[in-house]
Amino acid sequence: MTTLKTKQAIPAEGHLATTPASEARARHTPLVPSAGARRVWLTLLGWGIALLIFFPILWMVLTGFKSEAEAIADPSLIFTPTLESYVAVQARADYFKFALNSVVVAFGSTLLALAIAIPSAYAMAFLPTRRTKGTLLWMLSTKMLPPVGVLVPIYLIFRDFGLLDTRTGLIIVYTLMNLPIVVWMLYTFFKDLPRDILEAGRMDGASTFQEVVYLLLPLTLPGIASTGLLSVILSWNEAFWSLNLTSSNAAPLTAYIASFSSPEGLFWAKLSAASTMAIAPILVFGWLTQKQMVRGLTFGAVK
Amino acid sequence: MSKTRASGRTVGGLRSLSLQAPAVTLLLLWMLIPLGMTVWFSLQRYNLLMPGMEGFAGLENYEFLFTDPALWRAMGNTLLLVGSVLAITVVGGVLLAVLFQQEFPGRGIARVLAISPFFVMPTVSALVWKNMMMHPSNGVLAWLAGVFGLPAVDWFSSLPLTSIIIIVAWQWLPFALLILLTAMQSLDEDQVEAARMDGAGPLAIFFYITLPHLKRAISVVIMIEMIFLLTIFAEIYVTTSGGPGLATTNLAFLIYIQALLDFDVGLASAGGVVAIILANIVAIFLVRLVARNLES
Repeated sequence: MTTLKTKQAIPAEGHLATTPASEARARHTPLVPSAGARRVWLTLLGWGIALLIFFPILWMVLTGFKSEAEAIADPSLIFTPTLESYVAVQARADYFKFALNSVVVAFGSTLLALAIAIPSAYAMAFLPTRRTKGTLLWMLSTKMLPPVGVLVPIYLIFRDFGLLDTRTGLIIVYTLMNLPIVVWMLYTFFKDLPRDILEAGRMDGASTFQEVVYLLLPLTLPGIASTGLLSVILSWNEAFWSLNLTSSNAAPLTAYIASFSSPEGLFWAKLSAASTMAIAPILVFGWLTQKQMVRGLTFGAVK
Repeated sequence: MSKTRASGRTVGGLRSLSLQAPAVTLLLLWMLIPLGMTVWFSLQRYNLLMPGMEGFAGLENYEFLFTDPALWRAMGNTLLLVGSVLAITVVGGVLLAVLFQQEFPGRGIARVLAISPFFVMPTVSALVWKNMMMHPSNGVLAWLAGVFGLPAVDWFSSLPLTSIIIIVAWQWLPFALLILLTAMQSLDEDQVEAARMDGAGPLAIFFYITLPHLKRAISVVIMIEMIFLLTIFAEIYVTTSGGPGLATTNLAFLIYIQALLDFDVGLASAGGVVAIILANIVAIFLVRLVARNLES
């Protein structure tokens, strides 16, 4: 409730990832008498809630640097950091195999989805027909079909085509899984591009292919990049298909981490070390691209 | 002039169609083939453990499914899970967006910390919560309860569905916050200032200006979350395996049990058809919501 009572003006230009320094430089509105106290409360509340939400991640990272005995002892922030869990996890030779599968599958499916989606989104944005909106909505609605509803047939088709437990199989599934969202986001970014620019290219005799490759793609690269990154994040974190369609050869990190739910996984320090390694790259990806991702995800409706 | 434009439109339409063809065709195949097969299998007697027993079963699988209390339990759990998480994340997301819109030192970093859980893979967050947070003897929550002299809660056996809801809400609250915070930034400051001049209190400003402004963003949050929440799987798989009993079995997990643990393809497919119908009911409502967003 403290937050609602504040008299400070809401800043028009907010940045999700500004540094403390730039925050400090931010302009101050004339202060009403109790604004100083409000500011203190706001700071405490804001940081308190942020740390509360972040705590499980922080705790996991810290636990990864503890010894197994310290990991299950009473919670304490004071301990001698050790890399022994990381060494132990690394000694389980298969960690990198899982990680490699994750990388190949996440990036492979993303590139494939982009390749299929770019022409489609181009057509929807620049050559719209009466059916465009309907097609877009239909694509999104396929995303609402629960994967379990089609698990059995996909499992059997994969078995018959020898795709079970292969990276190719997983790439196919992830490509199709993310295609609707990729088309949707690309459409949003393409639509923002002034049509005149492409018109000009066409006047100069550019073919559709040249138009896309030399004009559209360079101009919307940030949008394409953030679409790709969201697709990578979704594929990286996807667990349903990876747990059901892979067993050992093609199993990505989601399956590796799930294997820690067995009693063997009660080694919390090692579990934490492995988890930290599994999420670190994607967490950094997320931090860097959050703002752009929102724009693409919301049809540009929320800017 | 009008003639060229007309023919240009047809050519454009054709070009548009051919460019969209790969994506549309693939998604059609992805949807129709498994869907057709699921419906077909659901009418068959088909258990992988009983070869030679295959045959047309008619509606037998559905009859079994609908008289099985597990289905209703799973459906109830699914709706409860989706409903609770949506309520928590939307209400919490709006409040947090208001908080993180205020100016305070280090706000940028605090925001980044608060949205981080969204990027953590569900298997990891489920394991961290299960072991390090909610463990009945060594978890942080048990330790906290001890500090305050309260008895430790054995989360997954006494409050199984609540535990799952907490974990899933923790993952999706940051997503709601991310979207709503972005929407907050286009709030018209002059309008707020004018309302304040007219003597509107903070609560009035919140309910008459902020909340209506966030309406579209909230509908986007609800739509995207629903897509993912209806099919929650990893969190249950890693923590409770649907138990104790059926306490945390949602539709997704029920079909998983029937298909891959009981090897009953026919029954699992019938469950799949039910899940698809349920999702479609939700989808009709959602598509309307998005369509309205697309208009403006």
